[in-house]
Amino acid sequence: MAKPIIEVKNLIKKFGDFTAVDGISFDIEEGKITGLLGPNGAGKTTTIQMLLDIITPTSGEIRIFGMDMRHSREAILSQTNFSSPYVTLPQNLKVWENLKTFARLYGVPDINLKIKELAEFFGIENLLPKLTATLSTGQLARLNLTKSLLNDPKLLLLDEPTSSLDPDIADRVRKLLLQIRKERGVTMLYTSHNMAEIEELCDRVIFINHGKVVDDGTPAELVKKYGHEDLNDVFLHIAREGEMKASQNS
Amino acid sequence: MRFHRVSALLLRHLYLYKRSFPRLMDIFYWPVMELLVWGFLSVYLEKTQAAGVNIATILLGGIIFWDLLSRSQQAVSISFLEDVWERNFLNLFVSPLSITEFLASTFFVGVIRIILVGIVASILAVLLYQFNIFIFGLYLVPFVINLFFFGWTLGLFTTGIILRYGTSAQILAFGFIFLIQPFSAVFYPISAMPGWAQWIAYIIPSSYVFEGMREVIATGTLGVANLSAAFLTNFFYLALVLWFFYRMFARVKVKGLLLKLD
Repeated sequence: MAKPIIEVKNLIKKFGDFTAVDGISFDIEEGKITGLLGPNGAGKTTTIQMLLDIITPTSGEIRIFGMDMRHSREAILSQTNFSSPYVTLPQNLKVWENLKTFARLYGVPDINLKIKELAEFFGIENLLPKLTATLSTGQLARLNLTKSLLNDPKLLLLDEPTSSLDPDIADRVRKLLLQIRKERGVTMLYTSHNMAEIEELCDRVIFINHGKVVDDGTPAELVKKYGHEDLNDVFLHIAREGEMKASQNS
Repeated sequence: MRFHRVSALLLRHLYLYKRSFPRLMDIFYWPVMELLVWGFLSVYLEKTQAAGVNIATILLGGIIFWDLLSRSQQAVSISFLEDVWERNFLNLFVSPLSITEFLASTFFVGVIRIILVGIVASILAVLLYQFNIFIFGLYLVPFVINLFFFGWTLGLFTTGIILRYGTSAQILAFGFIFLIQPFSAVFYPISAMPGWAQWIAYIIPSSYVFEGMREVIATGTLGVANLSAAFLTNFFYLALVLWFFYRMFARVKVKGLLLKLD
């Protein structure tokens, strides 16, 4: 078994009386793409935010690259990056200005070379002199991914990166992600509500609901275990079972 | 603290300024407009002998110094809001950027703004009213340092409040400074205020700067008392507000408000 890049132990997050994340534990192996799945409000975003030190956990332990997030934030986040369509880059800056700003932020040594290399990889060289506000949704998705690779991250957290894309662009982004994993060995933690996409991309999925890990395995294992045709049906099964349990408890 | 991360944020704001007319106007518009309105009034008062001597100097000095204070406060608050409005705040804090580095970048944005405002207002005052701000000589340095630090302190305070209570509190970024103005003795001495207002003025660093400015105009010297009081009160508020800001940021992370802010 490859060494774990992320180790989460008994992680809890409470907002007042509400428990968003309820004692979850999991490991993420190096070089794997892992899907973090669950219905809205399951605790996925809160978990990712805790992994990025944007939210302080109530209790529990997060170790990334073998380091404790509480003591080694700078060292961890220097080797990590994040991409989400819900977080944008400044619209009034040109594409190259945005990339240059973030490259400096991450202390990239040869900024111009890195931007050129990634712009070629994502096919956005012609967009570099344009204002970010003028980009299409698909172009923005590629720009976000470009930004997220500026520091050559070992770990990439992707929050629904294809959610606002048409099927063609979403397919291209998925292929790019697979290429990144293949060429750079980047470990990815991926959230999405598109189960076909998860089956295509992920080596493993972790289902969470009501803040707890409900199941964990490869997409094929889970489909077989629940006796359904695909991961979409497994998702519906787990989400509705969780809903029933919650209504019985209340 | 790493300077490359501080300079990255600085660069991000400079990129924005060179392209954004409204933001450039924000730096230059208010100082110019205030200088015109108050400058014309002071010229009129002097011509009509409605007030004593040096009224133009007192008003013009007051206007320029007030602009330095208010622009340095807004440099912090507006720079912060830029990232909130652009939904970019989360991008910054998922990077290794520390809160200290973020604060350092707001400091340097403030320094740049205060220099720009100072240059524009000084040139305009010479051209329109033959008023030379450099009549204050070396006293100008401690005045500007005090005004800048108090502006930065006020900016950090309003930013901390917006961080904690969200963009519904963003009006503070524009309006909070005007709560300070009546008690800062910008255009009139502390002695002209009613008793209760004088007590407020005595705990505000800016009031000592403006009192000191008038002292220099009247006597040609600056008393140690005003300068010391300005530095002491400034130091106290800066320490208090830094503690407040770090505490607010920690609370925001506990409550998970950074994402909601974006």
